[in-house]
Amino acid sequence: MHTVVMTKGVPDFREGQVSFDEEGHLERGKTPTVMNPNDKHALRAAFQTKVRNGGHVSLMSMGPPGYKEVLQEGMRDVYADDLYLLSDREMGAADTWATAMTVATGLQNLDDRPDLVFAGFKTADGETGHTGPQTCWCLDWPMITHVLSLDIDEDAGTVRAKRLVDGDISEIETVEAPMPCFIVADPEFEPTYRKASHRLKHKDLREETQERAEEYEDHVTVWDHEDLNLDPDYIGLDGSPTIVSGVDPIPKAPSEREATMIEAGESEALEPVLDELTPYAAGD
Amino acid sequence: MTDGVEEYEAVVVGCGPGGAAAAATLARNGVETLVLERGVDAGSKNVSGGLIYAEESAPYTIDGLFPDFREEATERPVTENVIHNIAGDKVKSFDIGDLHHHDTAWADAVLRRKMDSWLAQQVHERTRETGGGLLTEVHVTGLLRERGEIVGVTTEELDPIRADLVVAADGVNSELARDAGLMDWEEPEEWFQGVKAVVDMEPEVINDRFDVAPDDGAAHLFSGDLFDGVRGGGFLYTNESSLSIGTVFHLDSIAEERAEPHELLDSLLTHPLMAQWLGDEYDEREYSAKLVPDSKKAAHPSPHEDRLVLVGDAAGQMQAQGPIIKGMNHAVTAGALAGEAFADARARGDTSQAGELYEKKLHDEGVMDKLRPTGYKVFGRLGEVGPVDDLSNAIAESAVGRFGVRAAAGLLERAYSSPRLVSMIPDTKLPYVTLPTVIAEELGEPVTDENTVSPPDLGDRIGGLTYDVGDPHIELLDKSFEASGTAVTACPVSAEDFGGGCYRDETVQTNGSQERLVSLDTQPCVECGTCAIVADTEWEHPAGGKGVEFNQG
Ligand SMILES: Cc1cc2nc3c(=O)[nH]c(=O)nc-3n(C[C@H](O)[C@H](O)[C@@H](O)COP(=O)(O)OP(=O)(O)OC[C@H]3O[C@@H](n4cnc5c(N)ncnc54)[C@H](O)[C@@H]3O)c2cc1C
Ligand SMILES: Cc1cc2nc3c(=O)[nH]c(=O)nc-3n(C[C@H](O)[C@H](O)[C@H](O)COP(=O)(O)OP(=O)(O)OC[C@H]3O[C@@H](n4cnc5c(N)ncnc54)[C@H](O)[C@@H]3O)c2cc1C
Ligand code: SF4
Repeated sequence: MHTVVMTKGVPDFREGQVSFDEEGHLERGKTPTVMNPNDKHALRAAFQTKVRNGGHVSLMSMGPPGYKEVLQEGMRDVYADDLYLLSDREMGAADTWATAMTVATGLQNLDDRPDLVFAGFKTADGETGHTGPQTCWCLDWPMITHVLSLDIDEDAGTVRAKRLVDGDISEIETVEAPMPCFIVADPEFEPTYRKASHRLKHKDLREETQERAEEYEDHVTVWDHEDLNLDPDYIGLDGSPTIVSGVDPIPKAPSEREATMIEAGESEALEPVLDELTPYAAGD
Repeated sequence: MTDGVEEYEAVVVGCGPGGAAAAATLARNGVETLVLERGVDAGSKNVSGGLIYAEESAPYTIDGLFPDFREEATERPVTENVIHNIAGDKVKSFDIGDLHHHDTAWADAVLRRKMDSWLAQQVHERTRETGGGLLTEVHVTGLLRERGEIVGVTTEELDPIRADLVVAADGVNSELARDAGLMDWEEPEEWFQGVKAVVDMEPEVINDRFDVAPDDGAAHLFSGDLFDGVRGGGFLYTNESSLSIGTVFHLDSIAEERAEPHELLDSLLTHPLMAQWLGDEYDEREYSAKLVPDSKKAAHPSPHEDRLVLVGDAAGQMQAQGPIIKGMNHAVTAGALAGEAFADARARGDTSQAGELYEKKLHDEGVMDKLRPTGYKVFGRLGEVGPVDDLSNAIAESAVGRFGVRAAAGLLERAYSSPRLVSMIPDTKLPYVTLPTVIAEELGEPVTDENTVSPPDLGDRIGGLTYDVGDPHIELLDKSFEASGTAVTACPVSAEDFGGGCYRDETVQTNGSQERLVSLDTQPCVECGTCAIVADTEWEHPAGGKGVEFNQG
């Protein structure tokens, strides 16, 4: 079994990490880049296949050289046997289409052909959710999206998945597909380990991958467009049909409500509040 | 593996000292051993006062099983031992070094989070080599039975697991011992309740205030009238950079007196005697509590059934040797003997003999004699009979008794240092309250120091603890005050007129008549086990990794 997980680096939008200038623009230089949070769900799903079925987990990203640390983060926080970075100037400023083309070529360039490829639901910055499915389209594989849980039957060469129908939590279906297969993990994906032997193996592998992550550089393979035999016209900015003609800030919604300030401790002033609330309390 | 059910040679439930010793011994004998611990980390659920003993007469000690133990997992060795008899502000102190040193190779103060998580690491490495290993955050819920026979365990997080040996090292509130019908949680007389505060203190300050060298430490014990007549006592042990200060009381006494455990602890913390050690700045790192079995009454004489063996607190193997509390060392010995018994039985080709062999070893190695001393059986029990008890108290408090105390000052100190005599102490007010009080009144000097400590209130203590709240794990079966009202005071994180704890009582009007009812909110529960005994509950531990997480222990 060879599983590959696709990931992207995104600004760390968490409170205390992210930095905006006075006009509300993201300050990329001051904001650390981290592994796209949804991709960690995808990586956990792939790790589950490793724990339960064995094999090999690779983590792959297209992006600048600094993304090596994003790959390291995945290796340290979840799991990876090896890391692949598709990187050179020609690949820069790609839209989802050019990204998918490049990543799909990267996947096909692997010696050990993947049985399963995982993508995250969507990124924290671009948020299109297109890159995974477009990559799958390039590979011409079956695809299961919004996956919540997975079971693999290696003998039959199939994967069975529970997925959200239309991304709606109230409707869940079980589907089966032949491998190789493309999986988009839903953020609700929950790895389950009901066997002690699986949890013990999980623990061993977690220790291993944390050690490996300390010397992650030894485990990264970097490919440029020449390694992948890609025509610069079809990748990066040149290969991107999308034109972002302009970006408008979303205006703040005007406040439609009026507020009356009440000083703490003024019990009389609270009476109108009580009057307002009483009908609701009575269920009207 | 057959029919998909996982199978290990041995499953050890709980990784306190008992479980760790059992697992290490099984692993040394090449037994494939799986250890299941419910905490996020071993030690995250555990509380002890903190002196672990290595007895010279014990067949197994913790440092024998884990050679780096003292270096890696303990705080300070105890080099000074004093018991203080207290009456008001009068104190008479006895050196009980002899009792302490009797049969003691060494004794170190420990904090359980540090100790148990170090042990767990060792245990995991060793058991992993056998094909097993240690898993945390797994709550074992009961015994797996086939055709009525115990063949393994069931858990909340994993599918059932079969094993040739199940070691219940799951502590004082052992769900396995209860499931097997070997132990019950019925009689408050069989238990103590321990409550403890870990207080922050710089190492140099400790050395200075206790007058000990950096690698030495002190143990102080307290008894007398400072606990409102509740039977029990207090302790203070020095750690590397903190103090462990706590109280251990008979649960029946806490229940009868409707005592508030946190207030009893405060009585100790605020006594003038403590001023010399606590100084002006009091910084409490952690408040904790747990039940403690009394081996004299609770130690199971035959702690096994089918493939199940009980070790440590789960089997009631916790010895209160007068004021000295020995639970961890016996858990270690019993755990190792259980492991050894299984290895012997396996070598004979019949693992079903393991339980019998374990029981035999407990007797042959003298463990049972320590846990249930004959002296106590004859004299202690007699002292607990009502009229005898009343008479003894009256004599001790009479002029004759007081004269005796004055005349026998030296003798008394020696008596406190006699392991044989203290093992016969009856569970009455006489040794815990009356005698120490009379001793202090007759022989003691008043302490003039002013104690300025104001301990945190219960709300702050609860607020300072770490919880990962899961589903309620205790169900209150009978809400009447008669059945469950004792828990309002006896629960260490509840109190009369305190709304933020687990148990509350309220008077409700029902059709003209008034009824006093008890309600329960398990959110601030520290899983001490008290209400399993003093209230009418369905009591289980929370799911793996859920509930309170002690960082000191
Ligand atoms: C503010 C902003 C607006 C943008 N607008 C557009 C636009 O309108 N149209 C457009 O085509 N492009 C746009 N892009 C560029 C585009 O987002 C990225 O170039 C593309 O790599 C990823 O698209 P995404 O972030 O939407 O990822 P998504 O499609 O949401 O990502 C889904 C999954 O695909 C995988 N994945 C995504 N990127 C990579 C990668 N580089 N390497 C490996 N795996 C990856 C991950 O598993 C991820 O979870 C925009 C980028 C930004 C920052
Ligand atoms: C305040 C206080 C002071 C004490 N002072 C001392 C002292 O000074 N010296 C001394 O020797 N002893 C002392 N004791 C007693 C001592 O702490 C115990 O006797 C000792 O910890 C017993 O060890 P054990 O291994 O049997 O159980 P524990 O140490 O209680 O370990 C049981 C383990 O099992 C786990 N567990 C429980 N249930 C389950 C389940 N269902 N599934 C999975 N895991 C489970 C628990 O999380 C825990 O890790 C004191 C106790 C208290 C409360
Ligand atoms: S609710 Fe019960 S188990 Fe929890 S702390 Fe209170 S008495 Fe102890």
